[in-house]
Amino acid sequence: MKPIPAVLASVLLGASSGLLAAERAIDTSRSTLSAVFTQMGVPVEAPFKRFSGRVDHDPAKPADAKATLDIDTASFDIGDDDYNAEVRKPEWFDSAHYPKATFTATGLKPAADGSFEATGTLVLKGRKAELKAPVTVKAEAGGSRYSGVVTMSRKAFGIGDPAWDGTVEDPVKIKFQLFVPAAR
Amino acid sequence: MTMPSPPVPADRYTTTAIALHWLIALLIVGGFVVGLYMTGLKLSPDKLKLYSWHKWSGMTVLALAVLRLVWRGRHPPPPPLPGQPRWQLQAAHAAHLALYGLIVAVPMSGWLYSSASGYPVVYFGIKALQLPDLVDKNKELAALLKEVHEWLNWTMAALVTMHAAAAVKHQLIDRDGTLARMLPWRHRHRSA
Ligand code: HEM
Repeated sequence: MKPIPAVLASVLLGASSGLLAAERAIDTSRSTLSAVFTQMGVPVEAPFKRFSGRVDHDPAKPADAKATLDIDTASFDIGDDDYNAEVRKPEWFDSAHYPKATFTATGLKPAADGSFEATGTLVLKGRKAELKAPVTVKAEAGGSRYSGVVTMSRKAFGIGDPAWDGTVEDPVKIKFQLFVPAAR
Repeated sequence: MTMPSPPVPADRYTTTAIALHWLIALLIVGGFVVGLYMTGLKLSPDKLKLYSWHKWSGMTVLALAVLRLVWRGRHPPPPPLPGQPRWQLQAAHAAHLALYGLIVAVPMSGWLYSSASGYPVVYFGIKALQLPDLVDKNKELAALLKEVHEWLNWTMAALVTMHAAAAVKHQLIDRDGTLARMLPWRHRHRSA
């Protein structure tokens, strides 16, 4: 016979995993996250190569939906070593001190066209700001895809060397396509 | 004592052809020098500005080159001055054909390279003038197109040098007035 605490633990764990069955990890191999910045009027899109996150979304209760996204700022890849070194400097992401950016969303507000608005908090370079992101949810084989584009101000987070202000615009678009496998 | 100036043929290129010739010449020499200089700079806002100006002037060359070809199709150039050896006429003709091809191919290769690198061309930074990407972003293709752009440029530089040397030879050695047909100003006949 198993000792009582072990039985209790397994029951509790079983129960809690049942309870949290809706929380699932983002399948990053089938997801993309990128930023589009504008230099000399030219839109340049570059991906974050490393990020992870979880989504807890019961379609019946969108208001209770939760999601977190952790982004490795040093994984931003503009496709050129000089650029990548520049953007990791203290004036930009300061990846040495702030390796991670985190977006935490709570609640999906249904919009007229069947999409949602996610409200969340972005913590980036030690600064915090609220961000509202439009999200469309699409069922796909094996799960759902959450995608959208949100525009933010890089300067609001202290990102950018002022010497570049005439060259790189302040608004930056974040594009996300997150695939979340269905609960088994 | 007066130097006899070369005889001036009545037959000149049209004013439009002359304007296009010298405008394109100015822009390709400028674009070439800026192109060589900018690639060696380390990343800075000024480097990006030079890249942009390089692309804008190059796209201007492309537009002018198309205009020039259309114009050339409708306005045949004056016939070559008499008394030139056959090989020279053939060489000149071949060089002119190649130069027409290159003033299109050089900027096209730059545009293709920029597209493949993931940088759309936005003419003068005006968003409404964003040009279509000719190919999708592709690292290997970009590396190849960079080589092509450089190689076409060195070919064009060699031809432009020969072309200019030939014009100087016409003027100073042959003294045959060939250059005057393409100069924006008219030489006056001075009586000897
Ligand atoms: C008449 C037109 C043009 C001329 C004469 C020209 C000339 C040059 C030259 C001489 C270089 C340096 C090559 C080397 O390093 O050996 C260069 C580089 C370059 N050109 Fe052009 N170009 C022209 C048009 C364009 C256009 C239209 C674009 C893009 C829209 C363009 C994009 C570039 C880029 C991005 C480089 C940098 C190559 C690198 O990464 O090293 N060019 N060009």
